Amino acid sequence: MLAEVPMSYFLTLSAILFALGVAGFLFRRSVITVFMSIELMLNAVNLSFVTFSYHHGGATHQGIEGHLFAFFVMVVAAAEAAVGLAIILTIFKNRQTLNIDDIESMKN
Amino acid sequence: MDVILFFVFAIIAVVCAINVVVQTHPISSAISLVGVMGSLAVLYLLLGAEFLAAAQVIVYAGAIMVLFVFVIMLLNAGTEKKEGKSLVVQLLGVPLLVAFLGIVAFFVQRVFPTTMVHFGGFTGGGVHEIGMALFGPYLLPFEVTSILILIAILGAIVLARKEMD
Amino acid sequence: MALWLIPILPFAGFVINGLFGRRFSKAVVNTFAIGSVVLAFAWVLKTLLGLGSLETAVTEHYFTWIQSGSLNIGCDFAVDRLTAIMLLVVTGIGSLIHIYAIGYMAHEGGYYRFFAYMNLFMFFMLVLVLASNYLLLFVGWEGVGLCSYLLIGFYFDKKFATDAGNKAFIVNRIGDFGFSLAMFLIFVNFGSLDFGKVFRQAPAADTGLLTTIGLLLLVGACGKSAQLPLYVWLPDAMAGPTPVSALIHAATMVTAGVYMTARSWPIFMHAPTAMDAIAIMGIATAVFSATIGLVQNDIKKVFAYSTVSQLGYMFVGVGCGAFSAGIWHLMTHAFFKALLFLGAGSVIHALSGEQDLRNMGGLRTKIPITCWTMMCAAVAIAGVPPFSGFFSKDAILLAAYNHAPWMYWLGVVTAGMTAFYVFRAMFLAFWGEYRGHAHPHESPPVMWIPLAVLGALSLVGGFINIPKFLDGFFQGVPEVPENSSLMIVSIAAGLIGIFLAWLMYIAKPAIADSLASSLKLLYTTLLNKYFVDEIYDAAVVKPIVGGSRWVLWKGADVGLIDGSVNGAGSMAQGAGGILRKLQSGNIRSYATWVLFGSVLAIVVLFLATTNYWGGLQ
Repeated sequence: MLAEVPMSYFLTLSAILFALGVAGFLFRRSVITVFMSIELMLNAVNLSFVTFSYHHGGATHQGIEGHLFAFFVMVVAAAEAAVGLAIILTIFKNRQTLNIDDIESMKN
Repeated sequence: MDVILFFVFAIIAVVCAINVVVQTHPISSAISLVGVMGSLAVLYLLLGAEFLAAAQVIVYAGAIMVLFVFVIMLLNAGTEKKEGKSLVVQLLGVPLLVAFLGIVAFFVQRVFPTTMVHFGGFTGGGVHEIGMALFGPYLLPFEVTSILILIAILGAIVLARKEMD
Repeated sequence: MALWLIPILPFAGFVINGLFGRRFSKAVVNTFAIGSVVLAFAWVLKTLLGLGSLETAVTEHYFTWIQSGSLNIGCDFAVDRLTAIMLLVVTGIGSLIHIYAIGYMAHEGGYYRFFAYMNLFMFFMLVLVLASNYLLLFVGWEGVGLCSYLLIGFYFDKKFATDAGNKAFIVNRIGDFGFSLAMFLIFVNFGSLDFGKVFRQAPAADTGLLTTIGLLLLVGACGKSAQLPLYVWLPDAMAGPTPVSALIHAATMVTAGVYMTARSWPIFMHAPTAMDAIAIMGIATAVFSATIGLVQNDIKKVFAYSTVSQLGYMFVGVGCGAFSAGIWHLMTHAFFKALLFLGAGSVIHALSGEQDLRNMGGLRTKIPITCWTMMCAAVAIAGVPPFSGFFSKDAILLAAYNHAPWMYWLGVVTAGMTAFYVFRAMFLAFWGEYRGHAHPHESPPVMWIPLAVLGALSLVGGFINIPKFLDGFFQGVPEVPENSSLMIVSIAAGLIGIFLAWLMYIAKPAIADSLASSLKLLYTTLLNKYFVDEIYDAAVVKPIVGGSRWVLWKGADVGLIDGSVNGAGSMAQGAGGILRKLQSGNIRSYATWVLFGSVLAIVVLFLATTNYWGGLQ
C-alpha cells in the first residue's frame, strides 16, 4: 500500500496547480506575476501529460508520447518566455506601468 | 515510501504555488516558482520520467526562471499597487475556479480508479528512448521547434533592442 | 376573306399616328386616321357583299394564341349575321364620327393623340365584334375599356376629367371581374371558350350552372353597358370630348354588353332565371335614369342618362327573349344617339364651350342645320312613327308585354319620360330667347354632313328590318303576337311627353319653375341623381380607402412588415450594444471568459465520454 500512489492523485495535484495558476492570472495585477502564473499553468499541464504517459505503459510508443509532448511544451514555454518578457520590457518603456489594468487601449 | 515521497513533494509544490499567487513582490513569487518546479521534478522521477526531470531542472528552473529574475531586476519591479478592478473577475472568478477544480477532481477520480503509480513502474523514460523517439518518428516537430526558437530569439532582440542604449 | 384587315386598318392608323403623329400636319394625321376607318368600312362592305346570305358563320383561324394543357385558344374571327350588323354599325358610324371630329377637334391640343386613341378604340371594338371565342372577346372588351379611359381623360390637365377616366375604368373592372368568373366557369365545365363548342354543349348542361354563368356575364355587361348599379361612370364620362361621347358612350362600347349577351343566347335561353334578371335590371335602369334625366341642366348629361335608359331598354328586349329586337334597338339607338351627341357637340362648338341648357335658347334661327338634324333624332327617340326609334322600341315593348305586363307599363312610362326630357332639352336649347353671351355660328360642313347622314338614318333606319334579317338566328325565342292596341298606347305616351315638354318650356315656362319649387325635395333628389355617387362614396369608397390606409398600410405594412424588418435591425443593434460591453479592454476579464468557456467544454467532454457518474463509456 505504501508503495503505490493512485494515478488520480497526480491528476488532482495537476488540477490544483492549474487552478492556482489561473487564480494568479485572474487576481494579480502585476504583469510579471501574471506571466509567472502562466508558467505555473504550463507546469501543471506537463505533470498531467507525464501521468498519462505512465498510464499508457512504457513498452509501447504511446507511452513515450506524453514525455515528448511535455518536452515540446517546455521548449515552447522557453520561447514564449523570451518573447513575452521582451514585450513586457517594451510596454514598461512606453507606459511606465506594470499594472495590467492600465493596458486597456483595446477597450470597446 | 512512494506515498510519502509523493505527499511531501506534493505539499511543497502546492504551498509554493500558493506563495506564487499570494506574494506581493514579484521576486518572492519567482523564488516560489522555482520551488514548484523542483518539486515537480521529483514527481517526474517518481513517474519514471528521468530525462524530463533533468530537463525540468536545467531548462525551466535554470534558464527560464533566471530570465524572469533578470527582468524583474531590470524593471525594478516593486510591490504591486492595489489599483483597478474588474467586475467580471470579481463575480465570476472564484465560482468558476471552484467549479473547475471540483469537476476535474471528481471526474478524474471516477475515470481512473485502478491505475497505481510506483517508482520503477515506467521504464521507457530514459534518454535513450527519448532520443530514439525524437530523432525517429518525431523528427519533424523537433526541427520545427528549432526554427521556433530562432524566431523567438530574433523577436526578443528586436523588441528589446532600443532599451539597451 | 381577310377578315383580319378590318381591325388591322385602324390599328395601323393608331401606330402611325401614335408614333409619328407629332410631326405630321393636321392633314396627314387626318388622312391616316379617317382613311383607315373609312377603308375598314369599305372592306366590311366588300366582305359582306362577297359572303352572300350568311346562313352559317364564316370563320377564319389565324394562329393558336394559347396552348396550355387542355386550354386551347386560337385567334379566330367569325362573321355571321349578328356580327354583320355590328360591323356595319361600328365602322359606319365610326367613320361618320371620325369625319365630324376633324372639325370639332380642330382647335384642340393633342390632335394626333386624339385620333390615335380613336383608331385604337376602333381596333379593339372590331376585335370584340369579330371574336369567335370568349377570351378574344374579352381582349377587345378590356381594350375598349382602356381606350375609354384614355379618351375620357383626354384633357388630362383637368382633374375632373382624369377622375372620370379613373372612375370609368375602375367601375368597369368590377364588371370584368364577373365576366372573368363566368369565363372560368365556362372553361371548367365546357372545356373550351370557343363560341361554337360552348354553345353546342350548352343545351345539355345543368340549369343551375347556366344560370350562374348567365348572372356572372350579366355582371360584366352591367359594368360595360352602364346598368344599375354600375352605371355611375357614364355621366361622368361626359368630361371627354363630344365625339368620344358619341362614339364610345352611345353607339359602340356601351353596346358591347348587349352584344355579348345576345351572342351568348344559347346560354341564356336555357337559364330563364338569368333572363328574368336581365329584364328586371334593364327596366329598373331604364326607369331610374330616365327620372334623373328629367331635370338635368347640362345638355350632355341629359343625353348620358338617356343612353343609360335606352341601354336598359335593350336589355329588357334581350331579357324577354326578343334578342333581335334588342339588337334592332342597338342599331337605331346608335343612329339617333350618336346624332344627338354630335349635335350637342355642334351646339357647344357654336357657343364656344357652353354646355348649360339654361344659357341657351333661340338657337333655331342661328344654327338651323344642327337644330333640324337633332330634331330628326329627337322624334326618333321619342318613338314617333314612322321613324326608326318607333319600330325597335315597339318590338321591345311588345316582347315585354308578352313576358310580364308590368314591364310593359313601366316601359311605356319610361317612353313618355324619354320623349319629355329629350324635347325639353331641344326646346330649351333651340326655342325661346337666347339667354347666353356668346356669338353662335354654324358648324363647318365637315361637322354637319355627318349630322345630316345620321339624321336621314334616324328617320328611315327603322325600315331596315333587323328581326327579319336575324330570323332563325336565335332559336327557341318565344313568338310575340302583334297587338295594335299596345302600339297605340306607346305612341300616345311619346306624344304626351312631347306635349308636356312643349307646355312647360314653350307655352307656359312658369309651370316648370313652380313645379320645381313645390316639389322641392323630389326635384333636388333628381337633380343630384339620387345622391348615388355620394352613397357609393360613403358606403364603398371611404371604407375601402380607410381600410387600406389604416389596416393595410399603417397596420400591416408599416407596423408588421417594416416593423419586423426594422425590429430585426434594432434587435441586432441592441444585442450588439450589449455584447459590446464584453470588449472592456481588461485582460483579466477576458481571461475569466476564457475560463468560463473552458469549464463548459470540460463539462461537455466529460459528459460525452463517460456515463454521468464516471466510468468510461
